[in-house]
Amino acid sequence: MIPEIGQFALIVALCLAIMQGVLPIAGAGFNIQSWMGLARPLATGQFLFVVVAFGCLTYSFINNDFSVLYVASHSNSQLPLQYRIAGVWGGHEGSLLLWVAMLSLWGLAVANFSKNLTAEMVARVLGVMGLIAIGFMLFILMTSNPFDRLLPAAPDGRDLNPLLQDFGLIIHPPMLYMGYVGLSVTFSFAIAALLSGRLDVAWARWSRPWTIAAWMFLAGGIALGSWWAYYELGWGGWWFWDPVENASFMPWLVATALIHSLAVTEKRGSFKSWSILLAIIAFSLSLLGTFLVRSGVITSVHSFATDPTRGTFILGFLVVVVVSSLLLYAWRAPKVGLGGSFEMISKETMLLVNNVILTVAGAAVLLGTIYPIIIEGLSSMGYLAATNKVSVGAPFFNIVFVPLMVPLVFMMGLGPLARWKQASLPDMLVRLRWAFGTTALVAIIMPLLMGGWSWLAALGMALAGWIVSATSYNIYSRLKSGRADELLLARIKSCPTSYWGMHVAHLGVAVSIIGVTLVTQYETEKDVRMHIGDTVTISDYTFRFDGVTDVTGPNYTASRGLIRVFRGDYEIKVMHPEKRIYTVQTMPMTEADIDTNIWRDLYVSLGEPVEGGAWIVRIYHKPFVVWIWFGAIFMALGGLLAVVDRRYRVPARKEAKVKVTAEPGLAKPTVTATENS
Amino acid sequence: MKTRHKRMMLIVLGLAGVALIVTLVMQALQSNINHFFSSSEVVAQKSPQDRTFRLGGLVEKGSVRRDDVMVHFNITDTIETVPVVYSGILPDLFREGEGVVAQGKMGADGVFAAEEVLAKHDETYMPPEVAKALEQAEQSKQDSSANTNINTSTPNNMGATE
Repeated sequence: MIPEIGQFALIVALCLAIMQGVLPIAGAGFNIQSWMGLARPLATGQFLFVVVAFGCLTYSFINNDFSVLYVASHSNSQLPLQYRIAGVWGGHEGSLLLWVAMLSLWGLAVANFSKNLTAEMVARVLGVMGLIAIGFMLFILMTSNPFDRLLPAAPDGRDLNPLLQDFGLIIHPPMLYMGYVGLSVTFSFAIAALLSGRLDVAWARWSRPWTIAAWMFLAGGIALGSWWAYYELGWGGWWFWDPVENASFMPWLVATALIHSLAVTEKRGSFKSWSILLAIIAFSLSLLGTFLVRSGVITSVHSFATDPTRGTFILGFLVVVVVSSLLLYAWRAPKVGLGGSFEMISKETMLLVNNVILTVAGAAVLLGTIYPIIIEGLSSMGYLAATNKVSVGAPFFNIVFVPLMVPLVFMMGLGPLARWKQASLPDMLVRLRWAFGTTALVAIIMPLLMGGWSWLAALGMALAGWIVSATSYNIYSRLKSGRADELLLARIKSCPTSYWGMHVAHLGVAVSIIGVTLVTQYETEKDVRMHIGDTVTISDYTFRFDGVTDVTGPNYTASRGLIRVFRGDYEIKVMHPEKRIYTVQTMPMTEADIDTNIWRDLYVSLGEPVEGGAWIVRIYHKPFVVWIWFGAIFMALGGLLAVVDRRYRVPARKEAKVKVTAEPGLAKPTVTATENS
Repeated sequence: MKTRHKRMMLIVLGLAGVALIVTLVMQALQSNINHFFSSSEVVAQKSPQDRTFRLGGLVEKGSVRRDDVMVHFNITDTIETVPVVYSGILPDLFREGEGVVAQGKMGADGVFAAEEVLAKHDETYMPPEVAKALEQAEQSKQDSSANTNINTSTPNNMGATE
């Protein structure tokens, strides 16, 4: 009964989405107030019914209702409760339902936090979101219904994939999907602007916090995924340039460009049509990501079994979205206008360079990711000689990505200091002389401190050092510029939170760069065969293997290793890596044990037993590896600071008054840090 | 006029930069593409000599042998087999009789030196390339019609990738 209620609720939600996708947009077009007014209640209703559907599936999972096919294939009566709940999105059907749930949640948020927007804008934005919801709900109901019954019911479920039975499953997909789907809000704002033909500063101000919020979740989701892969897969890698990873990274790169482009649109009225195009691209890439992950067209390092008919549906939906929005763009964008002019050396130019680099980086990742499909498509159509299936190796991405980061990071130091419209390069370079000095010093000293010169390490440290020192200088000169009698705390408070948000996010990039650089340049990895009592020494840590014992978990049995770690004569840690066999699927799983501190991770995992009670053991020393994810936390925190900025909450009309009374130099606080000095 | 001049220069510089980047990206792509070959193709010398490529098929039953941290096994498409050597710990789902994709180079001794053995995250997953290679092998067996003794280790979900 419960699954039927869930399915019915989803159908009701679909009907509401259809109304939401048609009436408000038509109302805005023909100026019918009552139709426009339907947008908010419909979005709320859609959310409620999706929650009911989601709740019903969760109920079936918790109560082990194995007459539901999806539950029977992704759960088991022995599965611990938290994984039964998270198991809802542990497979294809449920993760699409999560997608839709997130979409309706964003819709609810837009409906409630849009008091400053005009009724037409709200109607169009929610209308477009309704159209997207139609596509995905149809997709679920037609090809991937999680409520399908299995008759007769299975006596027990096939269990959740053991790799997914982890804390990571509980938080990573919801966070990532919040990001993916959040870009639909930005997209809807862009389409709404194109439909209305009016794209003013207010539009940029409205869509900016939504974009930053989505970006923030996406950053968090990507970082969580990377961290999860690092500790769960048992081989200590944190990024593989795998299609599934790239699928989330591309929209993030474009969303990063969009945030910066929107800054220009909001402050100076420029880059309008470019911002709109980026918003369309960002969401299209997030749909493409869904397609790549769900269709299995590309062999991925971590592929799950998939069903190609589903891929066809998403591909069709993707094509409809991309083609129709680009047509609309081509038709309406010329109306939008170009905005204020600027000199060659100006903040606008630097943000333009930022956008070009990020877009190129995104395009390169896209090319590398879909190149195998392009080749296959061309050869199957006869344009190319038939070749064997190709794949693009990780070195490609590194070769392309690293050089692009150099000018990007350089701009990151310069840009916040530059003035709008016209800036003086010599002046800025002189003011940043200390930053240059610090950068050079860090680049030379750090590699030597880490115990060995490497040009790449020097480059990475230079990039990070540059961001930190230029940002520090920027903050210093901003705080210096206040009135003499003002206290430091008051000066700090007088800067808008978005100003701090920008710097915190930029520092996050530096933190991540430090992590990536040091771990790739100075990590030690050893796979060794160890008998009981054998020791291995890696960079002043000695690991002693003291054998394995058998243990039993709730739904697995495991060989539990005992490894003592010594530094000098002191025992600093006892580690317990496990080799588990999950009983239902009889699938082996390596459970690494990791000792983390801020300077390094010690990572041990068990390979397999060999003759004589010995095991193949994998031992890693990974300096600074957690910095990679700390950096992402900084970036997300920076995003949060920017989103809560007061100016996004002041209604447009009141704000106009504020602007008149305020000093001109303070009206655009995030970016005028040192204009007065 | 001056502004326009500068803007033109900016655009030209930008285009030149983009052109440079595109060239470099395409070059990087050309040198980092790995082709996929089945074991029959490798035996027929269709695979490159000094270049990394992907070799896929089934892990031949009874072929896995350990020598300290080195692992030796054979990859087969049920017609031809290629010996493979790999140093390190294999993915959890690496099993005899199951599909596998290894990336590496062909050694002078005729042994494929794998630098990476691709992990799969799902018991029932079969890489599409491998499924296709097995299918082709099956096809050529039927063409020669000498032997219809189908290898029972062929996984059950090959159809899912068609």
